[in-house]
Amino acid sequence: MAGLMAGYGHYTHAVVRGISASMAKEALRSSQSEVVDLAKARREHEVYVEVLRTRLGLEVIELPADETFPDCVFVEDAAVVCGDTALITRPGAESRRRETEAMKGALKDLNLNIVEMTDENATLDGGDVLFTGREFFVGLSKRTNQRGAEILADAFKDYAVSTVPVVEGLHLKSCCSMGGPGLIIIGSSEAAQKALKIMQQMSDHRYDKMTVPDDVAANCIYMNLPNKGHVLLHNTAEEFPESAKVFEKLKDHMLIPVPNAEMVKVDGSLTCLSVLINKKANI
Amino acid sequence: MTTEAGSETEVKEKAEESAAQLDQSEKASGKPEEVANAEQEEKEQEKEKEGKGISRYLPSWLKKQKSQSQTSPTKEVLPAEEAVSKVTQEEEGPAPEVNGHAEEVEEKEAVKSEQVQTKEAESNSNAIADTEPAKEESAMKSPEEANETTQGDKAVEQKKELEEKVKTEREGGGEGQMSIFPSPLRLVRKTKMKLVVCQVALLDGTDFTCEVEKRAKGQYLFFKVCEHLNLLEKDYFGLTYKDSHEQKCWLDPTKEIKRQIRSNNWQFAFNVKFYPPDPSLLTEDITRYLLCLQLREDVACGRLPCSFVTHALLGSYILQAEFGDYDPDQPQPLDYISHLTSEPNQNKEMEEKILELHKSHRGMTPAQADAQFLENAKKLSMYGVDLHHAKDSDGVDIMLGVCANGLLVYKDKLRINRFAWPKILKVSYKRTNFYIKIRPGETEQFESTVGFKLQNHRSAKRLWKVCVENHTFFRLNAPEPPTKARFLTLGSKFRYSGRTQAQTRLASSLIDRPAPSFERTPSKRISRSLDGEPMISITEMGRDMAENGREPRLELHSDSKSPLRVHGDNIYVRHSNLMLEDLDKTQDEVLKHQASISQLKRSFMEAPPPSPPQPNQWEKRLTSSPAAVIRIQQQQQQVVSVPQTEASAADNMISESNEPAKTTEVEIEETVVIQEVSKATKPGFVTITSSSPVGPPAEQETRKQEMKVEEEVVIAVEEKVVKQESVSSESESEDEAEYHPNVPISISHTQISEVEEEEEQQEKEEDEVAEHDVSVPGALTLPVAGQPAKEASEEIEESRTEDAEAEKKMTSADEKEREHKAEESTDDPLMTPEEAPSSVSLPEEPVAELVSSAEEEEEHKMNGESSLVEEEPQPQVICCSEPPVVKTEMVTISDTFAAQKTEIATKEVPIVHTETKTITYEAAQLDGNGDDEPGVLMTAQTITSESLCTTTTTHITKTLKGGLSETRIEKRIVITGDCDIDHDQALAQAIKEAKEQHPDMSVTRVVVHKETELTEEEED
Repeated sequence: MAGLMAGYGHYTHAVVRGISASMAKEALRSSQSEVVDLAKARREHEVYVEVLRTRLGLEVIELPADETFPDCVFVEDAAVVCGDTALITRPGAESRRRETEAMKGALKDLNLNIVEMTDENATLDGGDVLFTGREFFVGLSKRTNQRGAEILADAFKDYAVSTVPVVEGLHLKSCCSMGGPGLIIIGSSEAAQKALKIMQQMSDHRYDKMTVPDDVAANCIYMNLPNKGHVLLHNTAEEFPESAKVFEKLKDHMLIPVPNAEMVKVDGSLTCLSVLINKKANI
Repeated sequence: MTTEAGSETEVKEKAEESAAQLDQSEKASGKPEEVANAEQEEKEQEKEKEGKGISRYLPSWLKKQKSQSQTSPTKEVLPAEEAVSKVTQEEEGPAPEVNGHAEEVEEKEAVKSEQVQTKEAESNSNAIADTEPAKEESAMKSPEEANETTQGDKAVEQKKELEEKVKTEREGGGEGQMSIFPSPLRLVRKTKMKLVVCQVALLDGTDFTCEVEKRAKGQYLFFKVCEHLNLLEKDYFGLTYKDSHEQKCWLDPTKEIKRQIRSNNWQFAFNVKFYPPDPSLLTEDITRYLLCLQLREDVACGRLPCSFVTHALLGSYILQAEFGDYDPDQPQPLDYISHLTSEPNQNKEMEEKILELHKSHRGMTPAQADAQFLENAKKLSMYGVDLHHAKDSDGVDIMLGVCANGLLVYKDKLRINRFAWPKILKVSYKRTNFYIKIRPGETEQFESTVGFKLQNHRSAKRLWKVCVENHTFFRLNAPEPPTKARFLTLGSKFRYSGRTQAQTRLASSLIDRPAPSFERTPSKRISRSLDGEPMISITEMGRDMAENGREPRLELHSDSKSPLRVHGDNIYVRHSNLMLEDLDKTQDEVLKHQASISQLKRSFMEAPPPSPPQPNQWEKRLTSSPAAVIRIQQQQQQVVSVPQTEASAADNMISESNEPAKTTEVEIEETVVIQEVSKATKPGFVTITSSSPVGPPAEQETRKQEMKVEEEVVIAVEEKVVKQESVSSESESEDEAEYHPNVPISISHTQISEVEEEEEQQEKEEDEVAEHDVSVPGALTLPVAGQPAKEASEEIEESRTEDAEAEKKMTSADEKEREHKAEESTDDPLMTPEEAPSSVSLPEEPVAELVSSAEEEEEHKMNGESSLVEEEPQPQVICCSEPPVVKTEMVTISDTFAAQKTEIATKEVPIVHTETKTITYEAAQLDGNGDDEPGVLMTAQTITSESLCTTTTTHITKTLKGGLSETRIEKRIVITGDCDIDHDQALAQAIKEAKEQHPDMSVTRVVVHKETELTEEEED
């Protein structure tokens, strides 16, 4: 049994969900300017899943898309998994509340301890939850409130849970993510930098930061896998050439660019597309 | 007398080594130590003729037993090296007395000599009923004996040195009389002593019972307990008691137990006080075991929340530690396991999980299991966090958590803010409010103060104390001296007096005993956890938290029902004490002190500018540490820079008592400063008003400037008051105190990694420190002043001899700091080679003198006047705030304030609605700076009439400067009442009186501060 907080970034399973056809038209988004190419989005999603399954060797549980939930592909918001506890969230957007049902079933099947957020005053999107390996930061955004954060704190008692106001962007992780143990990848916008400041102030631990020019590109997926070491899934150089150059500095990381241009149009970043689970610890 | 005493100690030491194997009868008949140490014995006998003769006989036996019981814990429990330093303290130092008596040094000597005899006495079976402690002592000693032999040589050597010092000192002083009539005195004293039975709940669930003298100090009992536990790394622990409000308080080791517990309930609990951030750095397994026991309790009662899995994991390590490998044939004590859980419905599942995990620990030794337990527990977010209920400025319930890293703010279960120690410039409390002053961030220009409201003033004070202690323990190299003899202050003098983590690590690295065997006793544990304490979690609003003890005095006021709520008597008494303290100083001393100050100044001036290069920064910091320590102390004392009067005490009472809602409190404070000055303007005032970042080191301030500062202080106080919405303009009272935690050097040691958090400001301070460094020879004694001087030098000596060892230890001490420490351990303040010899080998007389001058210096500082000058570059005076609700009117007639007023920062949130009005009148001639001689408190009295309470404090300062005698009288009149006061009339009256009393003087400054409380203050 690994001790508390051992092996940050080690995952064995991933839960993903298909893209519903309604996404292109109906998915919630902050900017209406661009039209989503559904076919391209599906192709990109396939690449994403393939990377997880084939390249990284995770066991991928693929939930079928549900046409009633245009945003259902963004599974991250439906659950927060840490260790062998899974918190089924209560998403901030009314239309997405019931996305959690399928997720709950999948996580139950994985034998995780399920904690449900039943409080009707609580909302929480997984996209607002940044787990650093040592503690949680929860963005207080349009989608996540204080009560939601409290319930998260109650579900993961081992860890400090600090709140960070999200003033810009959809989620806390819309402008940041972990790039390794103790490494925060952060966007260069003022709001992102401010969020980082707050996180650094609130923490007893020291975090290194890596600033990338584009906030969207700051959302990456870090893993630490046996036989592969540090792995970082990030947006492609085609989408964010300047940010891609910054990732090149991570010499120790296996860098895997993943196309995500279509999802970005509906505020979907890389982490949004999967819930990562480490099951080995429990067997 | 002294000499014999000294050699006898030595004799005893040697006897223990050489005669370790001798049984008691041998000792009794043979007196082996005499044989073994014939030479010394000769010497002894020479001197013995008079004094010793007396003590040899029966009276001294009687007396001895008492003293024995008092001293034994200190003397015998401690490892050799510590013992040595203790001896030093006892012999020479103003060290905290171990046995609860402010005894004469000579008396202590005598006590020691008697100890030697006790042994004989014991064997003679002459022994009276009371020999139990002595026996216990010898029993305890045996495991230590090996230790003593290994370290013995060194110890003895050092002792000799010290004793010689003492000898010379004494002989010089012509101490002969001391030995002539000591016994009768002691006999009298002895008969007074009463023993009380104390019960101490230990962490394993057992109770430890022991007798202590009624007047014993906390330390004595604590040492007794540690002795019983065979614990050497005791600095992480403390004793708690429940106060009359069922609050858990820490027993202050430096104070009498009786005065703290405030009831006849002599029941205590032994607890972890400072949770080491990295338990693997503890030296001994027994220490880790005790920490485990504490954490188990913390988890079980919910104080340390953790997830189900972690809970089970911790439980499984406990099983492994106490029962060894999982054995399917042997039924596991399930009832035992169930005690590990706080949620009953989880018991079954939890049990299964625990057992499952237990199986996986096969082969793990108990010590390894403990270590694993701690490795997991230390990562929990609430590990070592001491929670206090509070409200924020909006009245929202929050929790304040004090820990090794700083102060955490929780709302419900969420962390909503965090103030790392380096970010905090000052912590203070006033009545029910607790304040932290925050270092300005990169983009901010001014410090801000954050206020929290506590349940009552006791909670505020407890929180403040915990902050002071935690900061000192985790961030400083050495504790600051208690701010004794502080002049004109009623505030808490409380400071952490124990060893800091840095010190205790160093000390632990010298522990050289075979790992003591101890029993892990599960059965006892069960009985204990049944009556576990109420659970406290972040959300729960229970009040039962381990916090610090409070000052008892406040009790006196709290039940006051009088409308004016003023008890003049109390106040008066306290002032008298202060007065006595201060009057002790003779003019000569003052002059001597001045001389040493100017010497210091000169060396500062000559000092080359500090070199900036980055790579050397750490080194520089460390090298300059001794001086820096001084700086710290000075800063801490500055905190109190405000002349104190009864006003605060009156204020005190106001806050203490319950007030009908509509009563309006009106308090007028008038300060009349009368000054007879004919002086030239002195340079340097600039430093106070200008916050020039790289300005000349504060040390260059002259004493004269400081006088000027004092005047500022008055204003400062008032500004502060505005900020804090208090009723009076006093900044200190029993209800409040301040503490400046920000000490750059300390950081370098304990938390190097965090230092980056501090920006340029710190570098500035560092510069000052560097400057200080130059004056080290003189300065070295300074840090020591209030605290055991000899201890410091002792430590230097010790660490020098142990250098290699210490260095080794330190390198392994902290991974992050490894590099720094490795290369710098020799530069450690405690070990600086250049300094060590100089301090240790100083001839006795000079040492004494230096110390005394240092002490004086300290007293001066404490008088508060010097303070602001040495403050951080940004004068805190200026940083006043204007909360929206508080109406403030500042009328200042004085050029000197113009500069300051421009810098007023506004950042504060009001909690109490008060109306404050401050007017300062100042005579133009005042620009000449006064001298800052410590004033003499002349009078302090409180007159209570039907509706008004008038408190007058008179503070006279006399200075000799260049042949000119200068007298400065400061009168502070505080009028408190619940009806309208005719302020003008009161002021006129005060001025008139002042003029009448001192017809030959002129009034140079009048400060009127009026504060009206509009809403009533909720109090307990």
